[in-house]
Amino acid sequence: MGAPLLSAMSANTTALPTVETSVARRRAWDWAIEKFIYLSSLVAIAIIVLIFLFVGREALPVLTSPQVHEEVTLSTMFLPQNYGTPEAPLPYVWQPVGLHPKYSVMPLLLGSLKATLIAMLFATPLALLAAIYTTEFAPRRMREVIKPVIEMLAGIPSVVLGFFALIVLATVLQDLFDLEYRLNAINAGIALGLAVIPIVYTICEDALTAVPRSYRNASLALGASPWQTAWKVVLPSALPGVFAGIVLGFGRAVGETMIVLMASGNAAITSWNFAEPVRTLSASIAAELGEVVFGSPHYHVLFFLGVLLFVITFAFNWVGTIAVARLRKRLTGADR
Amino acid sequence: MKSRFTDKIFVFLCLFAVLVVIAMLAAVLGNITYHGWDRLSWEFISASPTHGMTEGGIFPAIYGTVLLVLLMAIFVVPLGVCVAIYFSEYADRSSRLYRWTRAAVDNLAGVPSIVFGLFGLGFFVQFVGGGVDQVFFGGNLTFRQPAILWASLTMAVLTLPVVIISVEETLRAVPQSFRDASYALGATKSQTIFRVVLPNAMSGVLTGGILAVSRGAGEVAPILFVGAAYFLPHLPTKLNDQFMQLGYHVFVLSTQSPDVEATKPLLYSTVFVLLALTFLLNLVAVAIRARLRVTAGSGR
Repeated sequence: MGAPLLSAMSANTTALPTVETSVARRRAWDWAIEKFIYLSSLVAIAIIVLIFLFVGREALPVLTSPQVHEEVTLSTMFLPQNYGTPEAPLPYVWQPVGLHPKYSVMPLLLGSLKATLIAMLFATPLALLAAIYTTEFAPRRMREVIKPVIEMLAGIPSVVLGFFALIVLATVLQDLFDLEYRLNAINAGIALGLAVIPIVYTICEDALTAVPRSYRNASLALGASPWQTAWKVVLPSALPGVFAGIVLGFGRAVGETMIVLMASGNAAITSWNFAEPVRTLSASIAAELGEVVFGSPHYHVLFFLGVLLFVITFAFNWVGTIAVARLRKRLTGADR
Repeated sequence: MKSRFTDKIFVFLCLFAVLVVIAMLAAVLGNITYHGWDRLSWEFISASPTHGMTEGGIFPAIYGTVLLVLLMAIFVVPLGVCVAIYFSEYADRSSRLYRWTRAAVDNLAGVPSIVFGLFGLGFFVQFVGGGVDQVFFGGNLTFRQPAILWASLTMAVLTLPVVIISVEETLRAVPQSFRDASYALGATKSQTIFRVVLPNAMSGVLTGGILAVSRGAGEVAPILFVGAAYFLPHLPTKLNDQFMQLGYHVFVLSTQSPDVEATKPLLYSTVFVLLALTFLLNLVAVAIRARLRVTAGSGR
């Protein structure tokens, strides 16, 4: 886009008819380019609106279409149903293919929650402690190595992490903990944790670095040890940033698809046992949308899951952004 | 004395966390390099899969991946540069437009990749593709189907924040004095931006483009339903063709292969190629950025 504009502009300036017309033309170009740039910023807003509208449009029949309601309604998706026998009740079943399709979202929500919970329990302590070490204790040389190396984790494609979890990690974990199933929530959660670590680490590291030097000096001058300074002065000051890191990491983990699709076993089971396979919201969409009949209730339900996922991550990102803004305010005393 | 001792333990604990993270990174990279190196050969990179994907090469997947990210870059880089110019040069930071655009870009970066896939299917394939078919092809099914064009557009939407953030950062690093000098010589605002500021921020445009390409080459979830194919006998030649892609190839081979043990060596090599591709691109971006820091530092 830049090149034709530039050549047009230079053509204008080389063939100057009169000073007045050339100035007027330059003004006109300037005006046009400014408007064009403003328009491009509107495109950025339009994209996020379009995402919501078009994923929502395909999900809407779940709420409105009588045809879809013959198979699935909001209450069958979220409330307990009588799918089992009186002796063995099955209140929540995700079984979208079959004579009587069952679309309970609960096993998937629980699955996403389980995998994400493991990921966060695994990633948060490691990322936070690593960030504290990087900013507070590491010599400068070492800091310049640690930071890019840990951030390299973010450059590994999720399908590669999924592959690693599927082929290598699953076997290691099964042997180590003597698990019944090879692919389970723990396996998927740890792989997911690897994807989340660089996010939590980067945001925590930024937050800790933003704490003014004078805080540390004051604490050390009062006789506190470096560790006490880090734990009781620097960390509490950076707490909103740490919180933001965890929240944004959570948002990423909930939405991550390929890792859980490959490493979780994909069985929609309603149980709190972390050693059993899980099926997450994102993996269900990825696994089922390719084979679904276009326009069928199942198709619309999968888009509905997409909206659910979109709303969940949107909420987490929103909370995270607020926390970052609050940190900035606290440390600089100014709005951005 | 006691506090000294606990101090040391806690510092060591932090160091230990760093080492654990690095060890896990090394385990992933080491394992894939070790097993992936074996089958790697020129033939593997340049040939098509044969014998139900248990032998042969992965050329169509590499070709598809490269084509996908190049098309994507053509869409995303100009738009990303424009939005970054808006943020850095035009925006009034207290205006509503600025805050909304900023919020939109922030949120775009957080949308799960699978949702981009749904968006690509619902918007590009069904709506835009359907519209194109109605208007230009008399309703014949031509573009209302998964295709490399829609996949690259979907990927462009996903990588837009990556380009914007990288370009904006370098635009802001261009010293204000450059702009002042340009204005003093009588240049208009747009001339200043396109002839002074942007040329001085070219490294950011380049890094942004490379980071986007690296990200786009590794993502699989967005293209699951908008154009990636399991196996194609021909390379894609038209915009509405389907295509093979490295990440998708890895996913299919490792989850849907009838004989995982037989395909494993091949699979490892494919993962290695994918990893090498994305990592090399990342390294190039990091190198350019490091050089930029040095030159920016010496300029002051």
